[in-house]
Amino acid sequence: MLNDVTFGQYYPAESFVHRMDPRAKIVFVIAYIVAIFLAENFFGLAAVTLFLIVAVLFSRVPFGRVLRSVKMILFLIIFTAVLNLFFYSSGKELHILWQWKFITISWEAIINMIFLAMRLFLLVMGTSILTLTTTPVALTDGIESLLKPLKYIKFPVHELALIMSIALRFIPTLMDETNRIVSAQKARGANFETGGLIKRAKAMIPVLVPLLVSAFRRAEDLGDAMDARCYSGAKGRTKYKKLTFSWRDLIGLILFAGLIAGIVLLNIYFGGKFAVFDWINGNFLV
Amino acid sequence: MEAVRFDNVIFSYREDGKEPAVNGVSLSIEEGEFVAVLGRNGSGKSTLAKLINALLLPSSGKVTVFGMDTANEKQTFEIRKSAGMVFQNPDNQTVASIVEDDVAFGPENIGVPREEIGKRIDFALDAVGMREYRTATPSRLSGGQKQRIAIAGVLAILPKIMILDESTAMLDPKGRREVMDVVRKLNRERGMTVILITHFVDEALQADRAIVMHRGEVVMDGQPEEIFSRSEELETYNLTLPRAAYVCKKLQEAGMPVKNAFTAEELAEAICELLQKV
Repeated sequence: MLNDVTFGQYYPAESFVHRMDPRAKIVFVIAYIVAIFLAENFFGLAAVTLFLIVAVLFSRVPFGRVLRSVKMILFLIIFTAVLNLFFYSSGKELHILWQWKFITISWEAIINMIFLAMRLFLLVMGTSILTLTTTPVALTDGIESLLKPLKYIKFPVHELALIMSIALRFIPTLMDETNRIVSAQKARGANFETGGLIKRAKAMIPVLVPLLVSAFRRAEDLGDAMDARCYSGAKGRTKYKKLTFSWRDLIGLILFAGLIAGIVLLNIYFGGKFAVFDWINGNFLV
Repeated sequence: MEAVRFDNVIFSYREDGKEPAVNGVSLSIEEGEFVAVLGRNGSGKSTLAKLINALLLPSSGKVTVFGMDTANEKQTFEIRKSAGMVFQNPDNQTVASIVEDDVAFGPENIGVPREEIGKRIDFALDAVGMREYRTATPSRLSGGQKQRIAIAGVLAILPKIMILDESTAMLDPKGRREVMDVVRKLNRERGMTVILITHFVDEALQADRAIVMHRGEVVMDGQPEEIFSRSEELETYNLTLPRAAYVCKKLQEAGMPVKNAFTAEELAEAICELLQKV
């Protein structure tokens, strides 16, 4: 029927990217991050941007949704950008535009600021495509599968994955419970809306305590239920859901190999990020 | 064949063994039987259920399931495979965020091959009438539907005994009916042994046999009709009659010579019969 995992930021749609293997998507996101940090000039970042646009188009997620993910860290981007603008130094002589006491603004600083901000933008938007197109459940399966080699050093991969999926499964249940407790406390005259930060934090205690108690009771029940259904750890256990690497993932792999190779070539051909024309003096800033 | 056997079983939650929750119970349940265990809160009925599939082990005495002793740790796995259990709170027994993954949990645990798990999910969801919800999210379903998924999760292990530990207690009347319909069907059509722990006396009428527990002891054991005809005795165990039986009894007390009836249908029939005579 419906596949409505409404928490997280999953955007339900049928698309090329949605159908990719979650393992492949996780690896691609890592490759994407590497690509961003590998790029030393704007041509490299342009290539990454182009790649991002193609990925968004193929994911059928509206651009607005992808942009919305940047909103959360917009402050961080502006903050780092401003710091970079005023306090940039590279050890080399700078083309200074404006100076006041210890604050200087140079061409290099401006370019560096734009470069950094772009990097952060691309980073957040790219990684959000992963969470927009992959359900938390699939993501957990993917992580479990990717971590499998760690089993040989006695790392409890299966247990970790089970804990993650049970946590995901209980998020809506505990949310409902929280709302119920809040309503119950309000009915008894509790006040959550007014007062300072400390007062409000204190008002949450009568909510958190019953929530915690009930969570423990649920955990005990769940333990019994799992026991009754023959759970006995990872040993001798089979897995129903199998992740399969498909032609979609192969295309992704080829594209990513192309992207990284392209960025390396652009780095070699154009060099560092200041291969930018200086419009004022009519020469290259190198 | 004998499915479950209790031999003078005593169980106490306290370490000193005082105030036993189950106190000297001996009983035997045949394969294919539909047994309702009745009792008020704290009568020991849930403890009795947990003793069957080795979630609890008797302090003294012996519990066997198809001849396997629950105290023998090597057989715990086999016992749990043959005696599945559905609990009270549907929210606390689902492990996965997607219905099919949750139903698959049991078969995965006992090492069923992948292709076979798919078939078992189909079978289990068909049996509870929830096939179209295969990829749904349990938290969005109604209580009755969630509980049917929990039953499917147990069915996928292909147990011979199904224990329902107050599984209808948190449901609304509609959800309760849904679950009871599924359970009765499993018993009638597939010959599943059903042990239904409940405090709803009406549900016991669906069973072949009713056991009443009081303070850890089995105080009544027999056909539901026989037990409900001993209404004074029932009252001493804080249990009431099923609604229709209660109405019937009041009519008799008021001087109306109706036959003994336990369900609404039977009562209607008895009254019709009486009216025709008049």
